[in-house]
Formats: sequence, structure tokens, C-alpha cells
Amino acid sequence: MDFSGEQIERYSRQIILKEVGGEGQKKLLDSKVLVVGAGGLGSPVLLYLAAAGVGRLGVVDGDKVDLTNLQRQVIHFTGDVDKPKTDSAKEKLIQLNPDVRIDTYDFRLTSENIREIVRKYDFVIDGTDNFPAKYLINDACYFEGKPFSHAGVLRFDGQTITVLPGESACYRCVFPTPPPRGVVPTCSQAGILGVVAGVIGLVQATEAIKYLLGIGDLLTDTLLTYNALTMTFRRVSVRKNEDCPICGRKPEITELKDQELPLCDLE
Amino acid sequence: MKIDVNGKSVDLEKQFTISELLKKMEVKMPDMVSVELNGKIIRKDQYDEMVVKDGDKVEFLYFMGGGNGFFRRTD
Ligand SMILES: [Zn+2]
Repeated sequence: MDFSGEQIERYSRQIILKEVGGEGQKKLLDSKVLVVGAGGLGSPVLLYLAAAGVGRLGVVDGDKVDLTNLQRQVIHFTGDVDKPKTDSAKEKLIQLNPDVRIDTYDFRLTSENIREIVRKYDFVIDGTDNFPAKYLINDACYFEGKPFSHAGVLRFDGQTITVLPGESACYRCVFPTPPPRGVVPTCSQAGILGVVAGVIGLVQATEAIKYLLGIGDLLTDTLLTYNALTMTFRRVSVRKNEDCPICGRKPEITELKDQELPLCDLE
Repeated sequence: MKIDVNGKSVDLEKQFTISELLKKMEVKMPDMVSVELNGKIIRKDQYDEMVVKDGDKVEFLYFMGGGNGFFRRTD
């Protein structure tokens, strides 16, 4: 293994873990992870994966940093307001660890562009904040056979599941159809305690690292739910759903489509 | 009879359908919930017939976005 002296020192605290070792560190440095959304979930994921020495990180986000983001999106600083999130994230990650190569995608993923991007990576993190993107990532990863970590957060709650497409339950197995139009709660009912996104994002980062190293048990067929107020984590067993519209017995979804979903005005 | 709802034991005076249970448990936005009965996700068109029995385990799994709002503009 060709580590520089600086690399051996930088990663020494995880190289001494027998489950990681020099071999595991080499695997991380050779790995590629795509993080969709450089927001509340994506920020801790990106920071920790870069710190751990995951060699190549793709950052997807079409938004600019907004003052309301800073309460939870810890990769962005006050001076970054109005900057593209991808640029802001890249600046921090390069400073944190020059070993890591950063690819930026300063646009929104669509059914047209997602598959070719997902294809380049070993593992995908869904750190998005909207349902069309969550279904799109699930479906693209299914068609590309890419493992991914799904997560959602709301108020004081969060949940996450790891999906090995075709092998374990997917997002649509658990949530087959998006909520219908007309029942959408108003956005003022939403909101999020920043640390909740941090906790769940770090579970996602942990899953990515375990997958890349091939160690431990993944959160497959298990939806981990978290409530910050009661400080409870629950593992809810889920299984592949034979009625799943994409990975079930008679799939209705046979090609990638953008999910039509109700939208809510933030104004 | 006793069932388990999201890991908590709940006493019911009679058998309930999924639809009735959603009301009984005061789930405010049932369309924002996926219902799992004994490990199996139940199709929404079965909510009115599917009956919950003594000892059953029910999970109400909530749709969660990213905290910016359930839905936001995608354009
Ligand atoms: Zn599925």
C-alpha cells in the first residue's frame, strides 16, 4: 500500500481499527460516493466521508446557500450566503482533506441525467428534501443496481434505510405511492431541529463507510426511526413488497420517469 | 385485545379495520402514512377490509422529506 507519511498519520486512528486497517483505508481512498443534496443531511455526510478519506465525492445541488440553511447545513458558513451550495461545499471539503477529489453537479437531477451520474459511483446518499427526488433516486439506483442510503427528517423525527436494489426492500416497497394531491400539509407545519438532520446524516455516512469496507450489518430491510424528544431509536423491520411498483413481482415502472407530485409554495 | 402500535402496547375494546385504527389512534394525516401490519405493507385499497387482530403488530410509517417542507417547488 502506497500511503504517504502524512496519510498514515492522518488516518492513523482508523487504520489501527482491525476492521479497517491499511487495506480498508486503501479501499476508502479508492471509493466513490455520490451525495445528492448538500443540505441538512448532506453536510455531515460530506464532511465525515471526506475526513475518513473517501477518495472521490460527488456533490449534487442546484441551490444557492440561504441564511435559513445555516441552522442545520453545517458545511456552509455565513459568508457563503448566495453562493452555489456545490461551490461552498467543495471549498470546505478541499480544506478538510486534500486527498479527496470533489465532483460538483450544480443542477437538479432529472430522469434524463441521473442514471449517467449515479453510474460513476459505488454508493449513493439521498440527502434530498423533496419526494420527487427521493423516488427518482430510488428508481435510478434500482435500474443501475447501485446501493444507496435513503433518509428523511421532519421536526424532531428522522428515519433512514439502506437499500441494496433487488436484494433488500426499496423505498417504494415501504412507500409504494407518493401522498395524493390535496392532502399536502402546509409548509408552516414543517420545520426541523438542525441536530436531527445531523444525527440521521451521520447514520447514512456510517452505512456508506460500512458498505465500502464490507464490515458490519447494514440497515437493509430495516427502517431506523429516531425521535429526538424521547431520544429513541427504533428498528422497524420491513421486507421486499411483492406489490412494489418497481422491484415487485409485476412492476409497473419499467423505465425512469420524473415523479409528478404536489408542490407546496414556500411563500 | 392488545395490539402493538409503533412499539407501544394498545388496548382495543374490539377488532378494528386499518381505517378505523387510523382514526382511533388520531393519525392526523393518514395519507402521509404507510401502514405495515405484521411486517407487510398494506395497500391503501385494503384499509377498509383489513382487520387488526389480537397480538398484531402495526407500524405507522411517516413520509418524511428534508425539513425544508414536505414539498417544495422543483422548478
Ligand atoms: Zn421495492
